[in-house]
Amino acid sequence: MDTIYKKIADIVGSNYVSNAAEELYIYSRDQGVQPARLPDYVVMPNSTEEVQKIVALANKEKIPIVPMGGALVLSGLTIPQRGGIVLDMKRMNRILEVNEKSHYAVVEAGTSQGMLQAYLKKHHPKLKHSVPDAPPVATIGGNIAIHGSGHLSQSEGGFHTEMVTGLEVVLASGEAVKLGSCSTVPKWFSRAPIPDLAGLFMGWNGTTGVITKIGLKLFPSPKLKDVMMFMTEDVDSITDILFRIIDTEMAEDIAFFVSPKPAYFEGYQLIMISVVANSEKEMKLRLELIRESVREYIDSKEAGFLPLPPYMKVKLVGAPQKNLSEFADVMKGGGFEYVGAIMPVESIPEAYRAGLEITSKHDITYSMGARIVGRGSCVMFYYAYPFNRADSKNIETVAKALEETNEKALEIGGIPWKTEISGQQLILERMEPGTYKMMTEIRKLLDPNGIMNPGNWEVQS
Amino acid sequence: MYELKFDPAICEKCKSCDCIMKCQYIDMDLEKAKEEHRKLVRGEDSEILTQCVTCYACEEYCPYHNHPFYLIVERQEEKGIHPVPKPIEKSQVVMMAPKGRIGEKAAAEPVINLCYFPMLKGSISGKLYEGTSLILGSDIFCNLMFLHFARNSVIKERLPAMMDNIMKYHLNPGGAKEFICYHDECYGTYTSWAPAFGMEVPFKPIHLFDFLYNRLKELKSDIKPLNIKVAYQRPCSSRLCPEMDHFVDDIFELIGVERPEREYDRENALCCGGVLEAQQRFDLTEENQTKNIEDMKATGATHCVFNCPFCFFTLMGKVSEKGMTPILMSDLCRMALGE
Ligand SMILES: Cc1cc2nc3c(=O)[nH]c(=O)nc-3n(C[C@H](O)[C@H](O)[C@H](O)COP(=O)(O)OP(=O)(O)OC[C@H]3O[C@@H](n4cnc5c(N)ncnc54)[C@H](O)[C@@H]3O)c2cc1C
Ligand code: SF4
Ligand code: SF4
Repeated sequence: MDTIYKKIADIVGSNYVSNAAEELYIYSRDQGVQPARLPDYVVMPNSTEEVQKIVALANKEKIPIVPMGGALVLSGLTIPQRGGIVLDMKRMNRILEVNEKSHYAVVEAGTSQGMLQAYLKKHHPKLKHSVPDAPPVATIGGNIAIHGSGHLSQSEGGFHTEMVTGLEVVLASGEAVKLGSCSTVPKWFSRAPIPDLAGLFMGWNGTTGVITKIGLKLFPSPKLKDVMMFMTEDVDSITDILFRIIDTEMAEDIAFFVSPKPAYFEGYQLIMISVVANSEKEMKLRLELIRESVREYIDSKEAGFLPLPPYMKVKLVGAPQKNLSEFADVMKGGGFEYVGAIMPVESIPEAYRAGLEITSKHDITYSMGARIVGRGSCVMFYYAYPFNRADSKNIETVAKALEETNEKALEIGGIPWKTEISGQQLILERMEPGTYKMMTEIRKLLDPNGIMNPGNWEVQS
Repeated sequence: MYELKFDPAICEKCKSCDCIMKCQYIDMDLEKAKEEHRKLVRGEDSEILTQCVTCYACEEYCPYHNHPFYLIVERQEEKGIHPVPKPIEKSQVVMMAPKGRIGEKAAAEPVINLCYFPMLKGSISGKLYEGTSLILGSDIFCNLMFLHFARNSVIKERLPAMMDNIMKYHLNPGGAKEFICYHDECYGTYTSWAPAFGMEVPFKPIHLFDFLYNRLKELKSDIKPLNIKVAYQRPCSSRLCPEMDHFVDDIFELIGVERPEREYDRENALCCGGVLEAQQRFDLTEENQTKNIEDMKATGATHCVFNCPFCFFTLMGKVSEKGMTPILMSDLCRMALGE
């Protein structure tokens, strides 16, 4: 018998390790266009201690290790580029603490967005966390590892990593460390005032360590929800319109989107504005202030709010938004990938035009949009391209379009987010050499044997 | 090609200018109303053109049936006035366009024309509708809603083809000569708008209330009187066929429902607010809906009945919040039959 397999089985139990061909096949790919690559083992740990032992073993044996949550990143970041172990974190899904008085939660990294959301709704209905529009099985850890964003990113401070109050991480050595207030006192309220080491693990795609626990800010969950939809056909006015709405500080989530389907939306730009309130009076005031902020546009007759029937509102008020998930399968082949580029709000018109050019050049269907982050400090602009996985020509075309989109995003001053290895190369090519050098040295220090999700965030020879 | 049959001489002689004086959304004294109306007739800029919320009511108010509302819409379009923001208007024109998906489906009488409300198919069931044929869809849609957008031209362009489709694909193959309009809007199109613009209608439209009343009479022994008070939300398009309003009373009598007297019923009915919202008149929407629903509630009504699905979707939430049950007329009748 394979000795590595046996050693892993001794740590997690034989039910939670596999090297069966069919399981390796599943773990070798995601929904995107990135080529599949088989792992050697799939392991599902149940505790920080088990993670420590597995990582220590991998380090000793110099076996690559790729942490994985929901595997919904779409850009191949959980595909083991050099084989080795895929560490599926989904069993580590315990909600360890919800501190109502200090508005934070502590969860294991494999806790899914859906689980935390349902748990809060049931046990702490006055609180909520920021939810990405990914399917609910996406994990908190996976989302933090890539700088995710969600429905409170506009109003409550920015990227989900900015909502992290502390981390527990297992380093490549097998050591577990706590970062943030939890390193010094038994509470997970803040990363300040001590040196902030949590940044060494957020946005790194699992290349610096395995996140095992996360402290996360919680926010008030007002009971009333409403949604507005603003429509224009002048993309050059979008930046101004968005800032007028953002600056009212009355909206929770603000997202811009365009889509050629249905046909009656083609050529129009839509802004979806979610509003929450504790009372009818408050809601009325919020809606009124938002409407007033764009009054000039309304009076010019060049833009306006679409009346939304209740059945449509019901669909639009929820988080996560299901539209993108539904759109993901319009080609009926189960393939879907998007370039999410982080860029300033002012770049939206240019980003939109670039998207139209690329999709028309490749004759592919698309959905584009942007979620406002941090009250307008930037947006996550997405170019979503669904495709049919059974059609290799279609895959090739979409792969090309994604590559060109990454390049274009950088050209207009944005940075592709959670991007494929080829997209990472484009970023590294443009990065200040000193910055890249520092990244490499930090990685060498944290992971001298280069076992942590190798292939990512490194210049390919 | 299709010209409005409007006689300026009638307006010239008209002393009351009811079309504007009775309007709930334009506030002018008689002199001013006449003056602004004269400007309208002459094709000049008139305050009426921008103040009108397209509620259709003056079609009912004019004692001479001189089509004041259709004239307003014609003039609005001529002058490039857009009651609804342009992108919303344009997108609606595309959304409601014929999709060319119609195929032959013989419809034998009685035929129900469900307009373009596929989500209401479930409503066409039970004893009331036994033996009926159903037709619906974008390819037979009357498009009258574009009056609210000052786009009479869309109706003129699309309606002849819609009528041809109805005949060719549904009525002729089924040997039918008439159909029941589920929505007042279709009935108003064929009995008011088309004749006003000199468009020939090759079939006989029947109002839903007329059909429901006669059907309920046939099923009288099955009716269990509901013994409830029901407030009626008149839709804008009922202004094109006010002669049908008595059927509401007749039906209510048959099914044991009281139509309580209230300020905003009958001639004084208020717009549901859906169109006002599309026109971005948010304060007016709120004011109208509040007045209207409080008025309903004050009568002790337990239900609010609608004939127009658009009014239903617009007001259902607010009506429910006030403790009344929103219901479509057709479903209210089915309720009386124990369904
Ligand atoms: C329809 C759709 C909509 C989406 N909308 C959004 C959105 O609104 N906002 C958003 O942020 N994302 C969105 N996404 C992208 C993505 O699904 C989410 O970010 C998701 O939260 C990623 O989590 P995951 O558990 O699936 O991560 P995975 O795909 O499993 O992993 C992502 C990366 O994190 C690393 N990783 C995973 N777990 C750990 C860990 N414990 N420690 C260290 N590294 C780890 C992996 O190695 C990989 O590099 C969307 C995806 C889809 C399909
Ligand atoms: S439209 Fe009718 S009510 Fe108005 S002025 Fe002319 S005749 Fe009088
Ligand atoms: S349509 Fe309504 S709002 Fe317009 S003028 Fe006639 S009554 Fe007044």
